[in-house]
This record gives sequence, structure tokens and C-alpha cells, in this order.
Amino acid sequence: MKVTLKVWRQKSASDKGKIETYKLDNVEDHMSFLEMMDILNEQLILEGQIPVAFDHDCREGICGMCSMHINGEPHGPDRGVTTCQLHMRMFNDGDTIYIEPFRAKGFPVIKDLVVDRSAFDRIQHAGGFISVPTSGNTQDANATPIPKPDADKAFDAAACIGCGACVASCKNASAMLFVSAKVSQFSLLPQGKVEAKRRVLNMVEQMDKEGFGNCSNTGSCEVECPKGISLENIARMNREYLKASVSSSE
Amino acid sequence: MATLDAKIPEGPIKDKWTNHKNKINLVNPANKRLIDVIVVGTGLAGGSASASLAEMGYNVKSFCFQDSPRRAHSIAAQGGINAAKNYQNDGDSVYRLFYDTVKGGDYRSREANVYRLAEVSANIIDQCVAQGVPFAREYGGLLDNRSFGGVLVSRTFYAKGQTGQQLLLGAYSAMNRQIGKGKIKMYNRHEMLELVKVDGKARGIIARNLVTGEIERHSAHAVVVASGGYGNVFFLSTNAMGSNVTAAWRVHKKGAYFANPCYTQIHPTCIPRSGDYQSKLTLMSESLRNDGRIWVPKNKEDVQAIRDKKLKPTAISEENRDYYLERRYPAFGNLVPRDVASRAAKERCDAGYGVNKTGEAVYLDFSAAIKRYGTEKALISGEKGASEARIIELGEAVIEAKYGNLFQMYEKIVDENPYKTPMMIYPAVHYTMGGVWVDYNLMTTIPGCYAAGEANFSDHGANRLGASALMQGLADGYFVLPYTIGDYLSNDIRTGEISTDTPEFEEAETAVKTRIEGFMNNKGTKSVDHFHKQLGKVMWNKVGMARNEQGLKEAITEIQEIRAAFRKEVLIPGTAAEMNPELEKALRVDDFLELGELFAKDALERTESCGGHFREESTEIGGPQDGEAKRDDENFAFVSAWEYKGEPSDAVLHKEQLEFNDIELKQRSYK
Ligand SMILES: Cc1cc2nc3c(=O)[nH]c(=O)nc-3n(C[C@H](O)[C@H](O)[C@H](O)COP(=O)(O)OP(=O)(O)OC[C@H]3O[C@@H](n4cnc5c(N)ncnc54)[C@H](O)[C@@H]3O)c2cc1C
Ligand code: SF4
Ligand code: FES
Repeated sequence: MKVTLKVWRQKSASDKGKIETYKLDNVEDHMSFLEMMDILNEQLILEGQIPVAFDHDCREGICGMCSMHINGEPHGPDRGVTTCQLHMRMFNDGDTIYIEPFRAKGFPVIKDLVVDRSAFDRIQHAGGFISVPTSGNTQDANATPIPKPDADKAFDAAACIGCGACVASCKNASAMLFVSAKVSQFSLLPQGKVEAKRRVLNMVEQMDKEGFGNCSNTGSCEVECPKGISLENIARMNREYLKASVSSSE
Repeated sequence: MATLDAKIPEGPIKDKWTNHKNKINLVNPANKRLIDVIVVGTGLAGGSASASLAEMGYNVKSFCFQDSPRRAHSIAAQGGINAAKNYQNDGDSVYRLFYDTVKGGDYRSREANVYRLAEVSANIIDQCVAQGVPFAREYGGLLDNRSFGGVLVSRTFYAKGQTGQQLLLGAYSAMNRQIGKGKIKMYNRHEMLELVKVDGKARGIIARNLVTGEIERHSAHAVVVASGGYGNVFFLSTNAMGSNVTAAWRVHKKGAYFANPCYTQIHPTCIPRSGDYQSKLTLMSESLRNDGRIWVPKNKEDVQAIRDKKLKPTAISEENRDYYLERRYPAFGNLVPRDVASRAAKERCDAGYGVNKTGEAVYLDFSAAIKRYGTEKALISGEKGASEARIIELGEAVIEAKYGNLFQMYEKIVDENPYKTPMMIYPAVHYTMGGVWVDYNLMTTIPGCYAAGEANFSDHGANRLGASALMQGLADGYFVLPYTIGDYLSNDIRTGEISTDTPEFEEAETAVKTRIEGFMNNKGTKSVDHFHKQLGKVMWNKVGMARNEQGLKEAITEIQEIRAAFRKEVLIPGTAAEMNPELEKALRVDDFLELGELFAKDALERTESCGGHFREESTEIGGPQDGEAKRDDENFAFVSAWEYKGEPSDAVLHKEQLEFNDIELKQRSYK
């Protein structure tokens, strides 16, 4: 099939950037979206132009490295997948495809489609852990049974890949879904309960510092999240936050 | 020339590690603050090492080329992690895990290291649970296990099909705690391009800041390389796109021996390739072999009809299917080790039974498991006399709970529903057992330079068992390296900070800059991928699943030619002083082109077959093992450790003789 690509090109963080148009006429539907981008880049290189920079690594939907706003949606039109898992069979011959970086104040553009998501890391530094030593001298793993429903829910929250699509999809550029996933995972597990209060307060404080917006419950994050992280987590974090603020004098 | 001393502690195997820990030198906490350690890599090995070293009090500088440590390739591991917990009470023990690993590795690993790995394995699970890793649980709230290829017990812990992700996020959280405290300084989007040696010791690295292109000097008292495996030398593999050999290769060129480069694992269950544009291959976890049965049609007419899309696999009756693993290996069936399963698939496809248009695919079929689970579930939930359709529905739900994300991944890629029609799979390059040679302390032949995780060669011999890489990465990082490194660093408490303002750093930096300028000024005409694909083709065809003398010799010449052409004709657009993914790739492929040759040379030298290394000249003829790989213990029970001498063809072979005192050398039989 043939496609026309409208790609955001920006030389560096300080460059203004603009949309460029490219045409590809040898695209197959079994190709992944990023394989289509590889072909574009190969073509650009051979024409003596600069290839399009984009983030990617695992190409199987788990590392969270790929991003891209495709036709107005983070990770493109398919549901429950990342950009690297999107396939060209989702598009039609003759389509025009708009490809832009994730747009959010907390995610400044580095080059072309590559953005800086280090704010997510800084939120995790503030509290995304359980304070246990790494000596291995902890109690036996089966000493504290965890009810399966809790373990399963903790797992579902822990499945977040830190891609940032939730932020990119949100009109307020809120990071609530991402932060609440980590807060929820730990608050559901007995091991994480001990520090639950401190964790939620510190992580939310850092989130606000990074310039992410407020949550106004539009729910677009849940729709665009490639890992099905549920809004329930935001509700749980709000409860945790309230509890912690009330008793934070401890 | 360095000598090959594995430094295996004295005493009975079960006491070696304890005795060693009791005897080695320690650094007192106040002095640890005066010592810097560089860790290259933030996967399970590097992430856990960084966190542990920082917690012990060292100042750690960690590097990764991704934008966050959480994205290291370990994140993609699916199936699980082994540990000798014996929670299932099925006869597992430290000894059995040790035995299985040595046997699975086809008797080409170092006993003492493997025993230690088995010994610390149980602690890993305790540690991870304490960190909040949400492993799968049973209804009683206790941890669940599954079984993996090559073993007869259930010792694999898992978190759906995302075990690597959950373990890595555990290590990442431990790192975050230390980053928050300022004990780890994290360098994201940085790539190590050179090791710096001062007075023969590893004292720092040269790294490129991948955002600005700046070349930076970083110093430390010791350098740990935990940069993962080099499967991408094949271009197509299940590894992440960025996985590379550069850090390991650079320390090799500075004096670290490279061990068993030819030991590569070709994983039996991957999604077959679909076209020339293919950029990587996707693994379907080995855990699927617990419930999936592998087969091809018995009759060639059926094969042809399937390829012509005139026949559906589900329409082929039981008696016309060849469940070839169950047929050839009745004891282990679909759960034979990976090397055996891969070769068996290749054998069937080479014989003309492959089930897709390329002829390189076999079926992995879940219909029997779906029916079995469905029936069981119907009984438990009191649905006596449930209809066939209802049973299938119930069975599919069980399969979904176990492997849902894998099935989804498959469907997205192949556009077929694997609940309804068997998956198509084919072997693909997956893991490299070879790597930087290390002694019992995980130190390379360069003093102060360590290697951990997949980057070293240590524990898996010629074939790794499923779910053992995650175990090894975390064992190295949490429990081994943090102790053994102290023995070396105890001599450095008075050294003081290592200055980067020295001729050694200057020289290393200049070398890196010259190399980069060479590429930038090289006004070639072809892309990096062009050459990488060429290399991959040679590797796959001549240094892949089956190898022979003639092919290997041809491969060596061809790789030399590709390397020469690459250096002359490659085109790198843009500049070096900015983010430049093509330049990053070029530097990696340049190293792959050298490693590839050494890899083939190593395979040529080893005229026996062992584990993942299959020399066509060395097979059993006649008898019950007819056609199976034939090992040659008399002449090859050693580790090949290669010393760099300028060109890969000049590399000098050193042999670490392997001694088997606790396990009898036997032919591996899974029949
Ligand atoms: C698809 C897949 C599934 C798997 N499933 C399983 C499984 O179920 N069970 C199991 O036991 N094993 C599994 N494995 C194997 C296992 O995942 C790996 O062997 C293991 O995770 C490697 O960990 P590591 O820490 O050594 O390296 P990696 O996780 O590969 O990390 C390498 C790190 O080094 C960094 N790095 C590399 N080079 C440089 C450089 N030059 N400069 C700076 N940084 C650098 C990277 O940024 C990264 O942080 C699987 C592998 C694959 C490919
Ligand atoms: S919550 Fe979903 S969209 Fe947001 S970072 Fe996590 S995986 Fe990505
Ligand atoms: S590249 Fe890893 S999630 Fe897309």
C-alpha cells in the first residue's frame, strides 16, 4: 500500500519545529508501524537527508520506550497496544498519517519524535519503592500469604510500562494514572503498607513539582493506556492521599 | 599476558561460597564512602548491583543507553525465574537445581559457580517479594510455580508473562531509593564507548551523551560491565533493538578475555519472520510448552495444502499429525531443553514439513490443553454435562489467565487467533551464553573490571535452561558481586578520587573521538542496517543452528569482507554533536563485525557438538542416540577464553580446563 506521512521534524529542543511530508509506496500490512518508519529512514538516508529520530527498543510493547502521537492519539488508533505493536493493517491504502511527539509540558521535545520523560523517573525517586535492604535476609517469601485477588490487582497496577501515553492523552497533561499505578501496587501489598502514607505524599508532591496538570476525570488516559491501567487506581490513590494528609502529623 | 585463574575456593562444593565469604577482605562502612564504582547497565544484573553497592555505602555511577533504567532489556523477559525453594514439595533442592543447570548446559560450565547460583536462588525470591514484586499466587495466598524445559520439577516463579518486567521494576525501585538518597548517580541516555585503564587497572570509562553528543570522562575505583547479551550480531533476534556487544567488546579489546563466543541459544518458540523488512523477532515464552503441543503434518500433501491455504490445521486429524518431540523424546516430550527443541524443528522444516509459505514454521497447539482445563473447570464449578462449546469457553479462560498477554501479542503480530487455531513458531536467536570471561569473583582478566549478568560467560555452559538468566542476573547483582568486589576494593581505601585529568583518560577520549570522526567524515553511500543485515545473514546461515567446517571458514572470510566494506562505504547523516541514532548504530555494528568473526573462529575451533553449539561433523551414529549431538569430553571439556591481539583472526586461545568432581560427566539424554 501507499501512504503519505506528515511527520513532526524538530532539530533540537530549542528549534521551533514543523511538519514535513513524505510519501512511501512500498508498505505491507504485516509491517509494524516502526518497521514502516525504518523504511522511511532508509529512504531518507539514501536521499542524503536526516532520518527521523524516534525512541524505541524492545519492539514488543513492554519497555515503554516508544511514544509518538499518531493521527491525534498516543500509540495510534489500535487499542491496548504501544506504537511498536501497531501494525500497518490498521491503515488503508492512500491514507495520510500524522506523526507527532507526545505533547505535554512535563515531556519537552529532545529531537523530532523523541521526548524527555525523566520527570517520571524523578517521581519514582521520591517514593516508588519499599524501603527494604537488598541483602536477601528478609523473611521467607511464603511467610506472609497474600490473598490472590489483592496480588492480582497489585499485578495489574504494576503492569504500567511508564510510556507516558496517559499524560499525552490528557487535556490537562495529568500524570495521575501513572503515579496512581505505582501507589496502588504497593498499597495493595502487605509489604508496601508500612510506608504507604509517606509514599503517596512524596510522589504526589513531586508530580506537582514536575508541572503535570490536575485530574478532571475525563478518563482519556484509561482509554489510551496500552496496558489497561484502570481509573480505579486513581480513586485508590485519592483515598490514600486523603488518609495520609489527615494523619500526616504522625 | 594475564593468566587464567578461576580462583575457585577450596573445600567441598557446598561450603565453598560460605567459606569464601568468611575469608575475603571487607571494606569498612566509613571507607566505602571514599570509593566509587561504575556500573554499565541497569538490567537485572546492573540494576541490582547498583542498588546493592549503593546500599552498602559505595558511590555508584550507573549508565544505560535508554531514557530510563527501567527500560533495560530484562524488562522483556516473559516466562519466569527459577529458585530451589521446593514449595511444591516435588523433590527440588539446591543440588537438583545445580545438577539440572550443569546437565542442561551440557557439562560446559564451572561447577563451583553453578552451585553458588543454586544456593543463593531461594534468597532472590524472598528479596523480590519483600520489594513488592507481585508474583503469581494460588488461591491460598502462597506463591505459584510452573515448570520449564529441561527439568522435572516445578521451580519457576512467575508474574503472568511479564516476569522480567516485574523483577526489573523491583530492582529499579531499589535503585530509585538510592538515587533519591544521592548514593547512585544515574546517567540515562549515555553509552559507554571505551574502558580506561590506569596502571593496568580499570579506572573509568569514556561515554557518549546520546542527547548532546558530548564525549565524557567518568572515573571510578572499579568498573562493572552488566551490558547484556550480543544476540543482535545476528541482526534478527528476540533481543531489543539496542542490545549490543559494545561495552563487553571494548573491555575485551583492553585485555579482558572473551569466553565461548560461539555459545548461542536459539529459542524454539518464536514468531516466524514475515518479510525482508523484519526488524526483530518476537519470543513466545517457553512456558507455553507446558500446555502447548508441537507438531507438523505427517503427510507432505497436507503441508502443501496448508501452504496453499486450502487446508486449515484444525482440519487435520490426530493420526495425521506428527508430534515429533513426543515421538523422539518420550521422557521429556514437549519440555526438552531449548537446543534440542530448536534442532528438532529445523530438522522437520529442512525435511519439507514447515507449515507457512517460507517453510520455516511448526505448530504449537493448545486445543488439548483447552479441553483438559475446560473439563476440569466444569467439574470444579459443578457444571456437570457442560456442552463442548462451554468446556472450550471455560478452558480458554484458564489459558487466558495463564498466558493472556502472550496470546494477545501473537494475535497483534500475526493477525490470527491462537485460541482457535494453533500458533506458528520457529526458532530464533535469543540468548548468548558466551561473554566476558570472569573468575569466581566475577572479575575479568583486567584487575578491577567485573562482568555480571548475560554479559559474562559464567553459569550456563553451552546451553541455558529457561528461567535461569533472570536468576543469574539477580544472583550476580544482589548477592555475589557486592561481596566479591569488596575483596578488591579493600586495597583502594587510601587511593582517593581517581582524576580524569590524566594521559590515560586523554588517550582513551581521543581514540573515541577519532573513531567517531572517521565515521562522520566517511562519505559513504549505504546505511548501517544494510551491513548489519548482511552480517546477520552470514551468521544465521553459516554460524547458526548447525555449523560445519566449510561454512565457518566461509563465514570468517565473508565477515572480514563485510567489515572492510562497512568501514569504507557506510553513510552517517547529521553530525556527531547531537542526538544521532545512526551514529549509535554504526558504533555498535562496528563492534559486532569484529565479534562475529571471533564467534565463527571459536565455533570452528570447537569441533565437538555441545549444547547450543552443533557441529554437523559431530553427531551420534547408530544406537539409541542416533542423530543426536555428540560431545567430546576428552578434548573439549574446557572454556575457550580468547585474548585480543589486534584483529579477531589473531586472537589467542586460552583454555580453562573444567573439572567435574560433584557431577559425573554423562551423555545428556532426554529420551
Ligand atoms: C524476549 C526475551 C524473553 C526472556 N525471557 C526470560 C525468562 O523468562 N526467564 C529468564 O530467566 N530469562 C529470560 N530471558 C533472558 C533474560 O531476560 C536476559 O538474559 C537478562 O534479562 C539479561 O539481563 P542483564 O542485566 O544481563 O542485561 P540487560 O537487561 O540486557 O541490560 C543491559 C543494560 O546495559 C545497558 N548497556 C548496554 N550497553 C551499554 C553501553 N555501551 N553503555 C551504557 N549502557 C549500556 C543497557 O542500557 C541496559 O541497561 C529473556 C530474554 C528475551 C530476549
Ligand atoms: S499508566 Fe498506562 S499510559 Fe500511563 S505510563 Fe503507565 S502504561 Fe503508559
Ligand atoms: S519499543 Fe518497547 S514498548 Fe514499544
